Amino acid sequence: MSPVSPELPQHPDRLWRHPDPKPSYDVVIIGGGGHGLAAAYYLAKNHGITNVAVVERGWLAGGNMARNTAIIRSNYLWDESAAIYEHALKLWEGLAEELDYDLLFSQRGVMNLAHNLGDVREGTRRVYANRLNGVDAEWLTPDDVKRLCPIVDISPDVRYPVLGATYQPRGGIAKHDHVAWGYARAADNLGVDLIEGAEVTAIDIEAGRVTGIQTSRGPISAGKVAIVAAGHASIIAAMAGIRLPLQSHPLQALVSELLEPIHPTVVMSNAVHVYVSQAHKGELVLGAGIDSYNGFGQRGAFHIIEHQMAAALELFPIFARAHVLRTWGGIVDVSPDASPIISKTPVDGLYLDCGWGTGGFKATPASGWVLAHTVANDEPHELNRPYALERFTTGALIDEHGAAAVAH
Amino acid sequence: MLLIPCPHCGPRDETEFKYGGQAGIAYPKDPDALTDAEWVEYLFLRDNPKGAFRERWVHTAGCRRWFDITRDTFTNAFENGR
Repeated sequence: MSPVSPELPQHPDRLWRHPDPKPSYDVVIIGGGGHGLAAAYYLAKNHGITNVAVVERGWLAGGNMARNTAIIRSNYLWDESAAIYEHALKLWEGLAEELDYDLLFSQRGVMNLAHNLGDVREGTRRVYANRLNGVDAEWLTPDDVKRLCPIVDISPDVRYPVLGATYQPRGGIAKHDHVAWGYARAADNLGVDLIEGAEVTAIDIEAGRVTGIQTSRGPISAGKVAIVAAGHASIIAAMAGIRLPLQSHPLQALVSELLEPIHPTVVMSNAVHVYVSQAHKGELVLGAGIDSYNGFGQRGAFHIIEHQMAAALELFPIFARAHVLRTWGGIVDVSPDASPIISKTPVDGLYLDCGWGTGGFKATPASGWVLAHTVANDEPHELNRPYALERFTTGALIDEHGAAAVAH
Repeated sequence: MLLIPCPHCGPRDETEFKYGGQAGIAYPKDPDALTDAEWVEYLFLRDNPKGAFRERWVHTAGCRRWFDITRDTFTNAFENGR
């Protein structure tokens, strides 16, 4: 046996401080996931508000930020959606440089397959809608699909033949953990306190205005509070007496073992219902739809996984010998129109950024950007004005169920 | 996978059921009289607790009957055991 190397790797430098909560902040953000961290960063960077705390029940970015499939795209049908997701994509394109952190952002393209006439019509319509909104979009023939992603089975004699696809070349993937860490470090550098292990137990309100929060690490007074708690948004909002039109569901994903690079893009399919990319390290990353019932357990049923894998095999017969390495679940907060709520509330100084459901990761930079604007100005940014809580009363829904290129 | 205690058939796999969401949501008695806010309540607002939740299931691949049951949304335990 050789002796132990004297040069054992040392623990890397911490990326952010671990401060105790101060008694008071100008703004407290509840939820230390990607969106909360991004909001804190943009509050400091864009609005000069640095007396900010991000309060997180567990550890930073340990919820859905650690559990998504890291797909980034902006090819949504409706104007309001295209605007906010395209703003996000433009921010993604400069984000690694801005945060000075390698996000492994890879614009390898996102393909949404069409398997029936309805898909073809919906897809072509969405391509035209995207182009009108300045979002890059192309319609692919089955041969184009094969050329871009040779492992997709385009034979005409399968159960769900590929009839074409929409394609967004600027779409892609990023390394989700790095995104959170990049935002966390940058926010911390600007003076934001990132407070982990602090569970919020109450929201203090006096005369219709928020005054602070109670946490497991003590009370914190705050001029403004934003709820960015994803699956737990309903629970936190209820502490302020607000009922949200959200239902929390398990959403599962899985990875294979590490494989040679074989999958050059991101392939999504509504009809067969799976989405697949290959991470930089080599694992195939698969996701699909939510478990049907309300759930807060961060786990789901195996028959959902079985369906995803059957769908993946239908599209990619070459995956037949791949193995599942790991499956997991997050809790997604699904809204009635599959669009987020980024809004002021009936309580002064209390704001919401929730309801992102199954598709929040791609929006991380824009979500933080517009929430920071909303909090700083007590007025929504033009991009999130349509995403107000009031839309469920006015009827001005942004119905992305099905229209968003993915089934929810 | 949940093992759901159908009151008519006994415990069966989740794949035999479809989910119906929160139980006890009655159709408005006088729909014409509802304000927009009351419509929001009926159409969009449902409880979303972390814990005990009264919900509906339909045993589509069995007796095809709807029933209400209480499940803990965190542990997935049903009220009358499994």
